[in-house]
Amino acid sequence: MMKIEVLGTGCSKCKSLAKNVEKAVAEAGVEAEIVKVESLQEIMNRGVMMTPALFIDGEAVAVGRAPSVAEIKGMLKR
Amino acid sequence: MLEEENERKEEECLCASGDLLLLACAGGSNVGQISNQAAVELAREGRGRLFCLAGIGAHLETMILPAKERNLVTIDGCPVQCAKKILDHAGLESALSVVVTGLGIEKSPSLDVDASDCAKVVKKIKEGLRVQP
Repeated sequence: MMKIEVLGTGCSKCKSLAKNVEKAVAEAGVEAEIVKVESLQEIMNRGVMMTPALFIDGEAVAVGRAPSVAEIKGMLKR
Repeated sequence: MLEEENERKEEECLCASGDLLLLACAGGSNVGQISNQAAVELAREGRGRLFCLAGIGAHLETMILPAKERNLVTIDGCPVQCAKKILDHAGLESALSVVVTGLGIEKSPSLDVDASDCAKVVKKIKEGLRVQP
C-alpha cells in the first residue's frame, strides 16, 4: 500500500494540502495510507525547511507548496 | 481559543511565504561570515528567507524542489563564488548575485564581522532587489 505523508504544522496551507490529498486518493481510487506529520521537530529533521510538503513512499514530491488535486493524482500514477 | 491555537500554528510553522530565498556562502573568512550575517539581517527584516545552501549542495530534493520555484539571491564572500557554483551544479540560477569583496571589502582569515561592512552588503542587495523584475 502506498504511504502518503503530509508535512505541516497545521496552518491553513497545510490543511489545504491534506484535503487535496484525500480528494486525489479518493478520485484516483488508489489504496493509500495518509499520514499527517505535524511535529515541527520531525518536519525539520526530515530536511524540510518549507511547508507544506508532500512525500510519497518516502520520497519528497512537493515542498513549500500545496499541489492541486489534479497534480497529486498525476503524482500517484508515477 | 481555536483562533488562538490557529494563530500559534501559523506563527511557528515553516509555511512557504514570499518567493525570495537568500543563500550565503558562509565561508571560513571575514567575508564569508559577512555574507551570512547580511543574509540573516535581510531575513530578519522580512526581505527574503534564509535558506540552506548546504542542503542544495547535498542535492536534497527537500531543498531543491522549493528553490526551483523561487527567486534566488546568492551572497558570496569572495570571487571564488562557491554559492553561485553550488547553484550551477544543482541546475539552479540566481536572480541576483552579490560578491562581498566586489564591494571593496578585503578578504582575511579573521571571522570577525565588521558591522559597517555588513551594512554595505545589505544595502547592495536591497538596491539589487529593487531593480529585479
